[in-house]
Amino acid sequence: MSEPVLSVENLSLRYRVPGGTVAALRSVSIAVRQGEVLGIAGESGCGKSTLAAAMIDLTGANAEITSGTVRLRGQDILSLSRDSRRRLRGREIAMVFQDPMTAFSPVLTVGEQLVDFQFNINDVPRREKWIRAQHMLARVGLTDPDLAMSRFPHELSGGMRQRAAIAAALLMRPAVLIADEPTTALDVTMEAQIVHLLRELQADYRCAIVIVTHHLGVIAELCDRVAVMYAGEVVEEAPVDVLYHDPRHPYTRALLACDPALIEEATGRLPAIGGRLPDLAHPPPGCAFAERCRLSTERCRIVPPPRVALGPDRSALCHEVAP
Amino acid sequence: MLRYAVKRIALAVVILITVMVAMYAMVFLVPGDPASLALGPRATPELKELLRERMGLDEPVLMQVWHFFHNAATGDLGYDVWSKRPVLDQILEFFPNTLVLGVTALGWAVVLGVALGCAAVVWRGTVTDRILGILSVGLISVPAFVVAIYAILIFAVWLRWLPAIGAGTPGDFGSQARALILPAFALGIGWVGYLARLVRASLLEVMGENYIRTARAFGLPERKVVFRYALRVAIIPTIALLAVGLGSILSSAVFVETVFGRPGIGTLITGAVQKRNYPVVMGTVLFMTAFYLFVVTAADLLIARLDPRVRDVFRR
Amino acid sequence: MSSGGRFRALRALLADPMGTLGLGLVLLFVAMALFAPWVAPADPIKLNVVEKFQPPSLAHFAGTDHLGRDLLSRIVFGARTALSIALTSVGLAGLGGLILGMIAGIGPRWLDAVLVLMFDSMSSLPMIMFALAVITIVGPGTGTLILVVVLVSIPAYARLIRAQTLGLAGADFIVAERAMGASSARILFRHLLPNVVGPLVILLSMDVPVVIMLEAGLSYLNLGVRPPTPSWGNILYDGYTSIRSAPYMVLVAGLPLVLSTLGFTFLGEGLRDALDPKLRRGEP
Repeated sequence: MSEPVLSVENLSLRYRVPGGTVAALRSVSIAVRQGEVLGIAGESGCGKSTLAAAMIDLTGANAEITSGTVRLRGQDILSLSRDSRRRLRGREIAMVFQDPMTAFSPVLTVGEQLVDFQFNINDVPRREKWIRAQHMLARVGLTDPDLAMSRFPHELSGGMRQRAAIAAALLMRPAVLIADEPTTALDVTMEAQIVHLLRELQADYRCAIVIVTHHLGVIAELCDRVAVMYAGEVVEEAPVDVLYHDPRHPYTRALLACDPALIEEATGRLPAIGGRLPDLAHPPPGCAFAERCRLSTERCRIVPPPRVALGPDRSALCHEVAP
Repeated sequence: MLRYAVKRIALAVVILITVMVAMYAMVFLVPGDPASLALGPRATPELKELLRERMGLDEPVLMQVWHFFHNAATGDLGYDVWSKRPVLDQILEFFPNTLVLGVTALGWAVVLGVALGCAAVVWRGTVTDRILGILSVGLISVPAFVVAIYAILIFAVWLRWLPAIGAGTPGDFGSQARALILPAFALGIGWVGYLARLVRASLLEVMGENYIRTARAFGLPERKVVFRYALRVAIIPTIALLAVGLGSILSSAVFVETVFGRPGIGTLITGAVQKRNYPVVMGTVLFMTAFYLFVVTAADLLIARLDPRVRDVFRR
Repeated sequence: MSSGGRFRALRALLADPMGTLGLGLVLLFVAMALFAPWVAPADPIKLNVVEKFQPPSLAHFAGTDHLGRDLLSRIVFGARTALSIALTSVGLAGLGGLILGMIAGIGPRWLDAVLVLMFDSMSSLPMIMFALAVITIVGPGTGTLILVVVLVSIPAYARLIRAQTLGLAGADFIVAERAMGASSARILFRHLLPNVVGPLVILLSMDVPVVIMLEAGLSYLNLGVRPPTPSWGNILYDGYTSIRSAPYMVLVAGLPLVLSTLGFTFLGEGLRDALDPKLRRGEP
């Protein structure tokens, strides 16, 4: 039970761009256990979406994995043939995307697509796939699933579409559900509903969920553990309560200090983290956050920081953190 | 879908009627009397009177209009006093030739255009893509009848491979096919460019859409992703273009048929224009407009069948 | 649009080889048309039957036709015919489309509905067919041709303008301006026109080659400009009838047609890319 169902081990990935390469993931290690909800937090450009894509093997033509691996139930996925990897998608690992408005094809009905998406289950007649899809739509809260199945995506609201997307992802009872910014494109009410829905479903189906988001509130509501990413690396990892109450990595602390919801004293100004992201076409030799970090020393800029274990399930990537 | 179809067809009919009204109005707005214009300044009054009577011009205007509509609705597009045959008969005799030419021209243009468009996508960003792009634009702009004349010069006069004039001997499929090659080539060449560009743009746009990513995320094989998810959407603008293309090609055929001396709507109408034989001209224009509207409406209905978003367009 | 914006577009156009080529060709033909009497080496109408059917030589760069007329001069003056007709008719159509489109956009609903119906009807008439019909009734000539082109082209422009006007009418900043008392005219001029000029110019430049081809085609059929006014179409027809004996004629006559239509099309494409780089799909 404590064996992770999905683990990423020292994964490094870079994108080929005109003029060279850009490092998107730099030796990232993360794991999620069955029944656990893992949050991956970070600002835009930190690599969290790339990590999500790498987990489901949807990284794109110009992406190159330079080292490391992704394991599903201990088995190295990346060493499998392309066809075998394809068969895992939807079946073992499924994904919900950020924008529900463009997630579905406009020219096929919701039902047709939900049946299509069960492609990787064999020996099940189409009729049964249709019924499964219908049940799942009911389960995610669509009031008239039969009608919804025969509707086209543009006839459903954004919230309904996102629910349908979640239903689609769970159709084949995958071991891992990855949600890439599932609520970012929704308004606050819908966001709350989706969060609630995910919590329920997780309690029911006990799948592992990986939520990628920059929204710290969603993480607080849903996750058991959090990994904070910066410039392609995991800089801190901890159980969620621990992270919010006792952040150790300077970046995490700065990030939490910036969240308006967590500000206790009104100062009249919104805090921000000064400086900019490092240029990942030429990654810095030392700590990526050193430029912007209040605690940084000369050593930080030159020597890559160690991963310091801070307790069970807890670590930070920093020179200046004491265990 | 049905509601959309009914509304769409009704719209086409209304447009057709409007066009007919406009054309007929034109005849009356112009000073001068069609019969004298047709017969020339040396015609005797008796001859003019006879022609007027034949053309139905001696009746009150409203009666003429009524006749025109009534006749058109029942398929009688008037009577041609020159050849002493109903106009519609002549049109129907010549139209198949033009249709064959048009369909052949568009047919080969589609095959080559789609192939080039797909090639540009496969090799996108490379030099080949840029060359194809410029070639496409270049092909669009060259006028069909200039190509026709050059083609005659090269293939019929210098190389003597293909005939310059005529449509071949009726009954001899081989000679007809050979006579079709140059005209269809000249007529279709502009459309290769349009189609190549459109196919390329549509495919690229669609392949970049998020729902393609979703389909892949659920492990659908690439074949299914391309055909069921990408092509179904990408093909829609192409169908729209083809519909307009057929109508446009049939008109451009006027010049190409004249250059090649092929019997068809083109030769029918140009001959009529030169003789100021306006029943034939009006009838032909009407017929071609009706055909064009038919093709465009049919294409629209096909598109609505494929893309459900279109069906809501009539809802305000 | 600020003047900086306008020059930015021009620079973008010149950076694109296709656009530059198009612009160059267009300017060449415009110059040819404007300065025809000075550019042409000889009188295009002057008959010189003695020198008929001379292939290209130093004396006659493009040769002579069946009546001994210098072909190069006829081609140069043909440019004047082609461009004057094309630019006039397209310009008038553009203006007409601008006005009608604005009326359709701003006016009452019923007027809009009527106008849209008219637009749809006019565009269902294939241009050539309509031209032939009008010519039958009214007789061939330059005026007829311009009239036909204007009538058939207006719908496309009007639709564009109408769409822009409708889109603009609902925009928040327009509502704000109205709230501050701005008149419709002011809104039209200050906001609509600058936004619309770009796409309109692109459409116009794409239509010019169509009109050039139409004029040439009709003149070819002897239904266009009246002889002896030189028109590329006329020359092409003369060449066609003597295609076996004097093949150089068709080559020489077809070339300006091809180059001018190519030039305007490239210019139009170049303008489209320059004014909206987002339309360049899939390019690296």
